[in-house]
Amino acid sequence: MAAVKSTAVATKPKAIYVDTSKCTGCRGCEVACKQWNSLPADPQPFAGSYQTKRDFAPNTYTFVRMNEVATSDGEVRWLFRKSQCMHCTDAACVEVCPKNAIHHTDYGTVYRDADKCIGCGYCVNNCTFGITKLDEVAHKATKCNFCLDRVEAGLEPACAKTCSTGAIQFGDREQMLKLAHQRLAALKPGFPEARIYGEQELGGTGFIYLLTDRPEKFGLPENPVVPWTVKIWQHVVRPAGEVMLGGTVLALLAAALLGAGKTGKVDKAARTGSGTGSNEGGATDAKS
Amino acid sequence: MDPRFTRTSSQADLYAPLRPGTDIAFIGGLINYALENNLYFRDYVVNYTNAAFLVDEGYSFHDGLFDGYDPQTKKYDGKSWKYAMGLDEKPLKDPTLTHPRTVFRLLKKHYSRYTVEKVCAITGTSKEVYLEVAKAYCATGRPDKSGTIMYAMGATQHTVGSQNVRSYAILQLLLGNIGVPGGGVNALRGESNVQGSTDMGLLFDQAPGYMALPPAAPEYANLKGYLDKETPKAGFWTNKPKFFVSFLKAMYGEAATPGNQFGYAYLPKRDPKKNYSYISLFEDMYDGQIRGAFFFGQNSAISGPNSNKENSALDKLEWVVISDLWETETAAFWKRPGAKPAEIATEVFLLPAAASFEKEGSITNSGRWIQWRWKAVNPPGEARSDLWILHNLHRRIRARYAASHATKDQPLLNLSWQYGLGEEPDIEAIAREISGYDTRTGQQLTTFLNLADDGTTVGGNWILGGMYPPEGNKAKSRNTADKGGIGSYLGWAFAWPANRRILYNRSSADLHGKPWSNDKKVIWWDPVAGDPLKNEHGKWVGLDVPDFKPTVSPSDAGGSNPFIMRPEGVAGLFSKLNEGPFPEHYEPFESPTANSLSTVNLNPVVKIFKSPMNERGDAEKFPIVVTTFRLSEHMQGGGMTRNLPWLAELMPELFVEISPTLAKARGIIPGQDVVVASARGEVKAKALVTNRWKPLMINGKEVEQIGLPWHFGFMGIATGDVANKLTPHVGDGNTLIPEYKAFLCNIRGVK
Repeated sequence: MAAVKSTAVATKPKAIYVDTSKCTGCRGCEVACKQWNSLPADPQPFAGSYQTKRDFAPNTYTFVRMNEVATSDGEVRWLFRKSQCMHCTDAACVEVCPKNAIHHTDYGTVYRDADKCIGCGYCVNNCTFGITKLDEVAHKATKCNFCLDRVEAGLEPACAKTCSTGAIQFGDREQMLKLAHQRLAALKPGFPEARIYGEQELGGTGFIYLLTDRPEKFGLPENPVVPWTVKIWQHVVRPAGEVMLGGTVLALLAAALLGAGKTGKVDKAARTGSGTGSNEGGATDAKS
Repeated sequence: MDPRFTRTSSQADLYAPLRPGTDIAFIGGLINYALENNLYFRDYVVNYTNAAFLVDEGYSFHDGLFDGYDPQTKKYDGKSWKYAMGLDEKPLKDPTLTHPRTVFRLLKKHYSRYTVEKVCAITGTSKEVYLEVAKAYCATGRPDKSGTIMYAMGATQHTVGSQNVRSYAILQLLLGNIGVPGGGVNALRGESNVQGSTDMGLLFDQAPGYMALPPAAPEYANLKGYLDKETPKAGFWTNKPKFFVSFLKAMYGEAATPGNQFGYAYLPKRDPKKNYSYISLFEDMYDGQIRGAFFFGQNSAISGPNSNKENSALDKLEWVVISDLWETETAAFWKRPGAKPAEIATEVFLLPAAASFEKEGSITNSGRWIQWRWKAVNPPGEARSDLWILHNLHRRIRARYAASHATKDQPLLNLSWQYGLGEEPDIEAIAREISGYDTRTGQQLTTFLNLADDGTTVGGNWILGGMYPPEGNKAKSRNTADKGGIGSYLGWAFAWPANRRILYNRSSADLHGKPWSNDKKVIWWDPVAGDPLKNEHGKWVGLDVPDFKPTVSPSDAGGSNPFIMRPEGVAGLFSKLNEGPFPEHYEPFESPTANSLSTVNLNPVVKIFKSPMNERGDAEKFPIVVTTFRLSEHMQGGGMTRNLPWLAELMPELFVEISPTLAKARGIIPGQDVVVASARGEVKAKALVTNRWKPLMINGKEVEQIGLPWHFGFMGIATGDVANKLTPHVGDGNTLIPEYKAFLCNIRGVK
């Protein structure tokens, strides 16, 4: 993970490895996350599926996506994937944050510092997976922080701690990748489309998935990318601007490119699946 | 194997759907497949089951009925459901299994009717999937393989629930899957301590340790009569007098003397003609025969069958005491939707109860491990443990009767209650009493083998004997070593009986005491083990505590009889339940089809409650098969979970799972409000349309199936209609467990 801005000596990158072949969709991780992070319930009306959460919200950092998939022989498969911030190495949110409130930690994870956040919403609008949300009351961006407080205290993140089937595991990234590859080899004969997701994607992510099928079946983009607007900002506008333009002009350009004018509101309907019919959940983690 | 494609099914290598209520057909077909294809474990079957025993000439089976049935009383006399005896008064046997009256031949004949075609027509399972299951499972009949059957309420909550489980036992015995690692018939209980409550005799007809409570019948008039009637002539149960007398000593302490038959007269005697199980109690309540009731952590207004009727029954009580964490629907029945509180005179007492983490005690899992739990936090406010509530109820009631010399009050006044004189009950003292001690020395016993029938020992529950030896409470043991690598964990907690982890583990070894397979070894006979000074020449040793007398060698009398709790020492392929010696498929109380195996549609011994508010629906008006189920997000009647915001948001309201074909036929769109109606009531729910449900072809006709969770009610945060308004007041032929899992309904959309 090249982009780790490490100041500590020899801190190894950490990762959470999610083995979808072991997830039973019990959603204990959702409750553990809310409990550790003191997030209140965010009741939604029943929308025709076990997956009651349709999208992330200021009080919901993680939820299990449940997708029904028809197989070629007319049978049904029910796929579960815990979704949350991916903790990308090539993290658009880190690039666009004007206050350095979102940054990489010594562990390679992406931390959102609420004290520094001004609620501009750039990260919300530019997240590759559409995960970061804006708390419009507190005026802060919200997302999974990889339980940094727990990790720094030598504990595993709450979701990994509570998982009863061993589908969520935490450790050194290298070790987690090793486990994922071992499992992949074991699953390949029965699941020809099985693959590891997050090893290379976006420079490598802090959440590594073992998927038993193609990413789209789990609501993940096959080839996740940092939005082009972010790239222009990152590689052209900001470097030029810092040299030639005043702060106000730069801010205006940022607003135009990164979408602050939209006050960070994201078109929910675009990310929320129809929620109807057999394809339960239906929602995907993808920037619309 | 489940009518529903669940989250568990999503993890299965093979998923076999079947129509609710057709388990015996499904398993019967597997029995037939194993027998027809010679996949059964022959040496095991011949030696360790009653397959070779000859059955009485009077036994017969014809068109769905065994011999000895009386249609008036709806009972069998069961007179010929026994072995044919030789002149030496011993059962006749044919180890070649060729005699037509051997259990084996009768079993084979019985299940020869359960052909794959027949079974699949009844269950709706596709032939292809069924054969795949049969092939995979019956392959465990090899000595080096084992297979386990795990079941839950989907198996038991039927009019044939007991026989469903019997069918599992027969299949497992044929495949040699009992007494070996990875084998067994394993109940996954509906609550974490169901095993513990059953062990402690919480059923109306049971004393602790699976001994009968006496009925008020002449032959049970005194202790001798009870023991004569209840003690078999052979097998380990010949020790019953020691266990029962020690139980009486635990009940009545010093007041239990040889002179008064150890207080036998103090034990309440039940009406032998009456059944006091759940449905019957509510029928009596509805009839005004019961004045008051206690509900400890039970939300009957939600969890009982035919909820409309059971709530009406509560209306007729003079008083109700609820001990629970929250104001449940059972505590609030008088203000349920549609009720008129002004017309309900019941006085309701709500006692705030402590949750599991707010009290100390033990729970027993279905592997029979008694595990101690410590208190993590104090209960909030005035909440107290159920034990505290009972302890203080006892103290106060006893104080009121202290001056009485009336005979009727003697059982109460002579009750032994050595759990402390103050408000706080001493739970360790209870554990010590359950495990047992010597009354002369006060010394804790190390095993139930020390129990005596002369009043010198106290043993509250013989099966837990030795749980609390002099060195301390073994339920607290927390050694995580698994020495043998078969998951026995002998140093973790205490398993009854005698810390054995695999019951009947003698059957993991052959006649000579050698494991059938090195991969599946548990215990074996070691001819050089044992202490010659104690006259021990060889001993059973291994990876678990032998479920066998350790010094009885394979060549000794009974040395190859692993099923020590049975008088004949072998397992019963042929064994009595109320419906007969072999499980037979009958249709549920409400079914979409006629029984295609016989002209007898319903289990012939099922009691039909011909009372108001319990209509029976027919397939013309209610063509859809429905089953009720649970969710991992909620617990039972929801009292513990529907009040927790984080769980309530995960499953916020009642829904019904239906197939896309049914949705299309009824014009129901996903997420829409629908009404599900049975002959007993209607509930409103949200439609969950899913490919996980499909109509099945049943006896040539397409039948839709639906399912709905039963956790919801009108109190708490996550609310919804009570699914049990739909279920009938009808129960199993042996236990009367309600048939929650298979009945008929109809469904319509609500605009």
